[in-house]
Amino acid sequence: MRSESTIRDKAAIAGIGQTRFAKSLGMSEYEMAVEAIFAACEDAGISPREIDGLVRYDMEQTDEEQLLSVLGNPLLRFFAGTAWGGGGSASVLVVAASAIASGMAETVLVFRSRARGKQSSYGKDPKQGGRYWEKLATSLPGLNQWHVPQGLVSAFQEMAMISMRHRIDYGTTDDHYADVAIAFREHAMRNPNAVMRAPMTRADHHASRMIADPLRLFDCNIETDGAVAFIVTTTERARDLRQPPAVILSGAMAAGSHHIRLSTLFERSWEEDSPVRVAKQLYEMAGVKPREIGAAFFYDFFTSLVIIGLEQYGFAPRGEGGPFAADGGLSWQGGRLPCNTNGGQLSEAFIHGFNNTSEAVRQIRGTSTSQVEGCDLVLVAGGNTDPTGAVILRRL
Amino acid sequence: MAGDDQGGREGTPASSQRSQHLTRTLPLPQPSRDNAEFYAAAARGELRFQRCTPCLRFRHYPRPVCPYCLSRDFTWEPSSGRGAVYTWTIVRGPTLPAFEDRLPYNVVDVLMDEGVHFQSELLDCPPEEIHAGMRVEATFVLVTDDVTLVKFRRGA
Repeated sequence: MRSESTIRDKAAIAGIGQTRFAKSLGMSEYEMAVEAIFAACEDAGISPREIDGLVRYDMEQTDEEQLLSVLGNPLLRFFAGTAWGGGGSASVLVVAASAIASGMAETVLVFRSRARGKQSSYGKDPKQGGRYWEKLATSLPGLNQWHVPQGLVSAFQEMAMISMRHRIDYGTTDDHYADVAIAFREHAMRNPNAVMRAPMTRADHHASRMIADPLRLFDCNIETDGAVAFIVTTTERARDLRQPPAVILSGAMAAGSHHIRLSTLFERSWEEDSPVRVAKQLYEMAGVKPREIGAAFFYDFFTSLVIIGLEQYGFAPRGEGGPFAADGGLSWQGGRLPCNTNGGQLSEAFIHGFNNTSEAVRQIRGTSTSQVEGCDLVLVAGGNTDPTGAVILRRL
Repeated sequence: MAGDDQGGREGTPASSQRSQHLTRTLPLPQPSRDNAEFYAAAARGELRFQRCTPCLRFRHYPRPVCPYCLSRDFTWEPSSGRGAVYTWTIVRGPTLPAFEDRLPYNVVDVLMDEGVHFQSELLDCPPEEIHAGMRVEATFVLVTDDVTLVKFRRGA
């Protein structure tokens, strides 16, 4: 795997930019995207006109057509979208790095803009966005037809069923879930950009209302408005730009285990599950072991899926993600593995994983508000569903 | 067979402002070549799954190729209708308006005796009594003139 033909070390994140994060910003997704993109260009020290590639989610509503003119009509020569929702939050970087490694583009914009706050989604003048599942048609094509009519309408209910099975198999508890939620809240309290900064106790977690058993409100990501953008370029070029580069040491993608919609997930073995396959590919390309990772960013849509992610990415033995998270296991200071040091999507903001990637870059730069000492390698995992992807970032 | 509690009607909007953006009527399957046999069987009170002719493995959801041996030859075979709860959730909301008047309700993943997983609802069972391994059997609920959904009851 470690040959010239992979994306290993070929590309780096040279700029990060974001809007404020809030329950409601009163902006459209288009406006927020533009603000984050200009901030990322400024951070990298480039003009938007230098962008020649673009990668976004295929569900992103701000498309190339809307963006190009407001970026000064850059001469785009590569563009792509990745499937599917949060599972793709690191895959976008893998695609960008692939374009750069193959010479199809040199300076790639990667972004996500989401109006998910209640006011933005439901107000008198919705600013776009909202929740995928609330816009389901009444006549369902495809796999949705098999569970939506039964009342299983959203990802959080599907993930609740996966989480319940993890409890059945391994005895994972509410306390383990609280360990994740509290650790990330403590990180958010140190981060002025975070939306949720009030202290959370174990009792607060257990008292929060049940949403879909076994998931409580405080096990779920928050809903916010905001946008995040990255400038990814060749490692050589990144070296000469304004910020210390976060080099993409390795990246991987996998699809086929059918997490989403639960269609055939439970018929697959652990090893066949896409996040487990991604982890294997990722470490092989990087030539590193999980224990060498200084900080990790899991796609924390739910506390339980962070616990499962710890197992899938080889930090805890299978079934022992819960105990791994206990006793401050995920804390920025003294944790077994500092995770989501921005507060994650549970407490900072929910920009479909992109805000976690920004914080991963800050850890590499040494500028986090919860900076992990000696943090040379950082894992960023996309939503551990299917399809999914992940990257390992390193200092130059 | 009564569809009284199945929400096959307009849901009660929780708040008119919120609901105007949301799906209010019960979402239903869209007929297709792949699913027609399944729903035709359900309408007759039968649960049938595709079964691969050469390798004999059952599969659900319906699709034109066996994922195990790649054969395109299959038949629609009756299921025993029996299985065991593999996992579940109790939905307490939010949910689509079409389901709001049923909150809280369960969704179960049943591992059928034929080896396939099937997501559905376990009828007449309080949330605290649902557990992994619980034996269940299929029952059929008419939700519209055209659509019968497969649900489950406690069974042997």
